[in-house]
Amino acid sequence: MEKKMKTDIILAGVGGQGILSIAAVIGLAAVKETLFIKQSEIHGMSQQGGEVYSHLRLSDAPVHSDMIPLGEADLILAVEPLEGLRYLPYLKKEGWLISNTAPVKNIADYPDPERIYGEIRRRPHHLLLDAAALAREAGSAKAANMVMLGAASPFIQVKEDHLLEAIRALFSRKGEEVVETNIRAFRAGKEAAMKKR
Amino acid sequence: MEERMFLLGDEAVAQAALDAGVSGCYAYPGTPSTEILEYVRASAQAAEAGVVREWSANEKTAVEAALGMSYAGKRAMVCMKHVGLNVAADPFMNAAITGVNGGLLVVVADDPSMHSSQNEQDSRYYGHFAQIPVLEPASQQEAYDMVREGFDLSERFGVPVLVRLVTRLSHSRSAVVRRERLPQRPLKLPGDPKQFILLPSIARERYRRLLADRPLFVEEAHREEGYNQYLPAAESRTGVIATGLAYNYLRENFPGRLPFHLLKVSFYPLPVRMIEEMFGEVDEVIVLEEGYPYVEEQLLGIPPRRHPRIRGRLDGTLPRDGELNPWLVGKALGRNLPEPEEVPGVAVGRPPSFCPGCGHIDVYNALNEALEPYGPGRVFSDIGCYTMGALPPYNAINTCVDMGASITMAVGAADAGLVPSVAVIGDSTFTHSGMTGLLDAANKRSPVTLIISDNDATAMTGGQPPSGLGKIEQICLGLGVEKEHVRTIIPLRKYHEENVKVMKEEIAYKGVSVIVARRECIRLVAARKCNKK
Repeated sequence: MEKKMKTDIILAGVGGQGILSIAAVIGLAAVKETLFIKQSEIHGMSQQGGEVYSHLRLSDAPVHSDMIPLGEADLILAVEPLEGLRYLPYLKKEGWLISNTAPVKNIADYPDPERIYGEIRRRPHHLLLDAAALAREAGSAKAANMVMLGAASPFIQVKEDHLLEAIRALFSRKGEEVVETNIRAFRAGKEAAMKKR
Repeated sequence: MEERMFLLGDEAVAQAALDAGVSGCYAYPGTPSTEILEYVRASAQAAEAGVVREWSANEKTAVEAALGMSYAGKRAMVCMKHVGLNVAADPFMNAAITGVNGGLLVVVADDPSMHSSQNEQDSRYYGHFAQIPVLEPASQQEAYDMVREGFDLSERFGVPVLVRLVTRLSHSRSAVVRRERLPQRPLKLPGDPKQFILLPSIARERYRRLLADRPLFVEEAHREEGYNQYLPAAESRTGVIATGLAYNYLRENFPGRLPFHLLKVSFYPLPVRMIEEMFGEVDEVIVLEEGYPYVEEQLLGIPPRRHPRIRGRLDGTLPRDGELNPWLVGKALGRNLPEPEEVPGVAVGRPPSFCPGCGHIDVYNALNEALEPYGPGRVFSDIGCYTMGALPPYNAINTCVDMGASITMAVGAADAGLVPSVAVIGDSTFTHSGMTGLLDAANKRSPVTLIISDNDATAMTGGQPPSGLGKIEQICLGLGVEKEHVRTIIPLRKYHEENVKVMKEEIAYKGVSVIVARRECIRLVAARKCNKK
């Protein structure tokens, strides 16, 4: 059976930025739509302030490989700008690179951010937004991951209602205020992305 | 209606064991296997069923406890990372000789490409070594089904069964369909009261039985609708043997009808008749396997086969080391795939580092200062977060080999004349495999100083409760370290001068000394505060 419709997404960031929460939200939403899904995560040593990434594959046909093949990702969603560049070998020529501009400078040789933005702007399809600022406006700097998810939502083949439901389900344990902040962050990200496209 | 769950490969293993009526799950945490017991520990189903699910002190004690559970007639599962099976090799090998009473599964998660390991050893060789059946699932659903059926196999054949996972399966989620729950087995002693007594006379008899049963395992490898499938392709002269996860990469490249003869392998020993059948139809066979060229080597023989030609990791068709991926497999099968784009030079690496405020930082700052007069090259360390002391700006340690090797290597180096020698180990690693080494050191009054960087946690794998919590000093005293040379410090910047002084004193002492540097893992403190909110 050939795949009819698929979205292959790489989520990238630094340990502590909530990469796996983004994956969990999309995963929960996709399960509601009876899509086939595989989502790989990186755990362990790489989590201690280092690179964190997840491969997320959605399709209406069975997904075989847990990893996205090189050159076939439709979208890289980077919660940290340097981290998005690391996975460019996976991105299709016409794929989207959606990146936060706010750097996490926990290494001594962190490059000049302008050089990073330059590389991002070289992609035919890219979107840069200051998720940190949008998250603060939404009520919490921690919600930058949901800003990024909102920005990417038009590119992901799951219904927005299902994404919002999944955000509620994921954060409900932490109280209504946290849920609302994350939903505001999601909406702010989406709005910013629609303006820039 | 069937129940679907969205599970990591590790979690699918755990859920399958619970649904198969397991009575005890045993493990020592280790990436990428940790989530198996984490899931069982968090499971309401396990709590309600009274499943035993504590962390063990190490993989050896875990296998032995699981074997005891099996002796008593109940189903048991033991889980570890690949190098953990080295620690548990003694009971593992001998459990193949005793055989089982209740079903016993040994689940081992390999880490090809060494994402967080010291090597990429392939556990299929251990199954081969012990001469027991090995299951190698390719998907989360297969992991669930094979664990569930693995208990039946173990009971039917009367031996432990090894289940081999790899990182990309352990740590990837997909939908899993559950099956009906089975009850736990009742307490029941082995039918043969001598089965588990491996005196030479009995062991020889048990071993002959294991050898005599091997043809049954080989028959299982050929079972219709079983784990191994041979699909001929009439017009092709090429065969592909795909094991475990490599099968997914094959399908990723060829989602439709395959232009090769295919042998999908998920059960070992190998299905020899299926292989012979394929060999009769082809001029070349390409072997796709995650890990070592285990199947490929068996097919090659000595001298290497001339017909059909065997291709794989040994002739350069695929890389000799590291993980496979869809691109590598596609290229090996002759697809014309474009070269991947390069990572831009500006994307420098971001190696793991200590969390801000971590106690290990203060330990290394004090140790570097205390050792300054003696010169470099004398710090033997171990496996844990504190191994990052090897990285700049600390450059504080000189070795990291296996669990517990810090103390014993320091003793050996001191024997050779490298005095003083210092060992740095974590609290969980110390109780895992460091205590016996400290006993050696105390017995011979070796001039070494052991620093136990104690953060009250098995931190690197997520902060599991350590076996020696609140007992570290007592253990050291009990092993024979003199009372005045068991010192406790608090690794905080404000005590830096004091801590350097204590380290200098103990390093200068010409016998065994232990410095317990105790401060709780900063992540656990943060997590507790977060939960209180």
